[in-house]
Amino acid sequence: MDFEQASPALLAVEHVRKRYFARAGFLSAPKPVDAVVDVSFTVARGKTLGIVGESGCGKSTTGRLALGLEAPDGGSVYFDGVPLPKYGSPAWRAIRRRIQLVFQDPLAALDRRLPIAAQIRESLDIHAIGDTKGRDQRVLALLTSVGLTKHHASRYPHELSGGQRQRVVIARALATEPDLLVCDEPVAALDVSIQAQVVNLLMDLQTDLGLAMIFISHDLKVVRQVSHRVAVMYLGVIVEEADSDHIFKHPRHPYTQALVASSPTPRQKIKTPMLLTGEPPDPAARPAGCPFHPRCPKVMEVCRSVPPLAREISPHHHLACHLSEPVTLEAMAS
Amino acid sequence: MTQPTDKAVTDSAEGLMPLAHDRLNAQPFPLSVSVAIFWLSFMCFVAVVGPSLMPYAFTAIDLKARLSLPFTSLHWLGTDELGRDVFSRLVISIRISLLVSFVATIISATFGTLLGFLAAHYRGWVEQTVLILADFQASIPFLIFALAVLAFFGNTLTLFILLMGIYGWERYARIARGLAIAANSQGYAAAVRQLGASPIRIYLGHILPNTASTLIVSMTLVFPEIILLESGLSFLGLGVQPPMTSLGNMVGYGREYLTRAPWILLAPATTIVLTTLSVSILGDWLRDRLDPTLK
Repeated sequence: MDFEQASPALLAVEHVRKRYFARAGFLSAPKPVDAVVDVSFTVARGKTLGIVGESGCGKSTTGRLALGLEAPDGGSVYFDGVPLPKYGSPAWRAIRRRIQLVFQDPLAALDRRLPIAAQIRESLDIHAIGDTKGRDQRVLALLTSVGLTKHHASRYPHELSGGQRQRVVIARALATEPDLLVCDEPVAALDVSIQAQVVNLLMDLQTDLGLAMIFISHDLKVVRQVSHRVAVMYLGVIVEEADSDHIFKHPRHPYTQALVASSPTPRQKIKTPMLLTGEPPDPAARPAGCPFHPRCPKVMEVCRSVPPLAREISPHHHLACHLSEPVTLEAMAS
Repeated sequence: MTQPTDKAVTDSAEGLMPLAHDRLNAQPFPLSVSVAIFWLSFMCFVAVVGPSLMPYAFTAIDLKARLSLPFTSLHWLGTDELGRDVFSRLVISIRISLLVSFVATIISATFGTLLGFLAAHYRGWVEQTVLILADFQASIPFLIFALAVLAFFGNTLTLFILLMGIYGWERYARIARGLAIAANSQGYAAAVRQLGASPIRIYLGHILPNTASTLIVSMTLVFPEIILLESGLSFLGLGVQPPMTSLGNMVGYGREYLTRAPWILLAPATTIVLTTLSVSILGDWLRDRLDPTLK
């Protein structure tokens, strides 16, 4: 979307779509579920894009598409100006070195039969980075950089705490010096006190290493702290995208407004919370028109039939809502 | 960078206590497992060095000492209907039966696991073919299948071992496929794939070690069955052919003298029971021990 940016984006996701088929019953035909409908965004070098939304809104699928772990059904993903290679191909395996993933559940992401040093070392082995001795030293340096010590090197994943495991996963992701780090709910499985440590670690690492990050979370506080830009997803579409400070101070989409209102910050005066009514969204039964219209407090007639298009309402602020459309305002005035 | 390091001290402190080598001497062997291990070691010892301990050649006929009682100074376990020493024959039988079952179990496990991993990796028609073959294998009585193959191709020891090696592969294939699909869809294998690892590294370096405990346990289940199958086929006269002998072979030919000279049959039969039981006990115990998260 940000074509006006001076430097070309590291990652450009253009109009990607992903449809899954869910089997509803024993004999019924598989039902199409549109996880991601039409999503476009860019990630600049060294910057963090936060993707927020409630569960089932397609944010994890968007992350997997951006990583190239799944091929989109439509649209395309460009990494450093080049389309992502086919999943599983040698070119795809080679580009893993530059795009890494931090998982939600670090215990599941680690091989419980290998000591953590061997697992961090593995990405160096795979991409043949350095010689044997250099790799061992690099593993120790990585352990230190994520706040672990060499005493942890011979431990097995189940001997570490949740926060330590996530540090191991981060160290493994950073081993190949990637350009882009996708964090899919990296702190959702951790205690609140540990969450802060891991989030601070990620932010420090980003500053030190100049990483670009996609930070996927349902936790607004964390996203606000981490991100330079924030994209709000609802039912497979990005409804609003803007700079982090801007979107939290001046949310324009009713859904963003509800999200921001539901997550008070310490210095903010508590206003009357804006409560959403209606059912949580079901990607298998998308409403016509604007996906948010059944729950929108400001719903208009046009919302029920015409899906709103994303438009740039002010510099770097994109919004997909009929409320902001001048045509609609004129129509209402007349 | 100093900031996260400081903070990490608090959540790394509790991790310093347990050391990895603790699990190696975490618990002693239970008595049944000790006995099972002792018996299996003894069997392997007999199979390897047995022939030099034999008082007679296993084919040596002594017609003057036919059906002599066991526990005599000349024949520890008596003699059979041709005056052949039962102890000597037992030693050779253990050797042959263990050879057949060990090699066949390894063939079966390797073949089955390989097919299971191939099915999990390629999915699609490869998986369908493997599953159809597995169902086919599981639905035909193996004894009938073995009889047909042996009747058609004749009988040599190599063919017999290969045939036994087909037995039970479908179980490994199903287990390996299921575990590999589970590992691929989420968790450690997906994580390593996303690091850029080649399929060979993923399957041999990660999925195989993680599924090994399950596969080894099913090996210990298939192993006694192969011993029993070998015994059964030899008992029917289609297994190991005379003058070579095996445990089942001895039981089969001893059957006719069950009332007059039961020792001919009892010695190999007891060996079969004790060996299969030992392997089962050991397998049960291994399943718990091979999991590093269970102490």
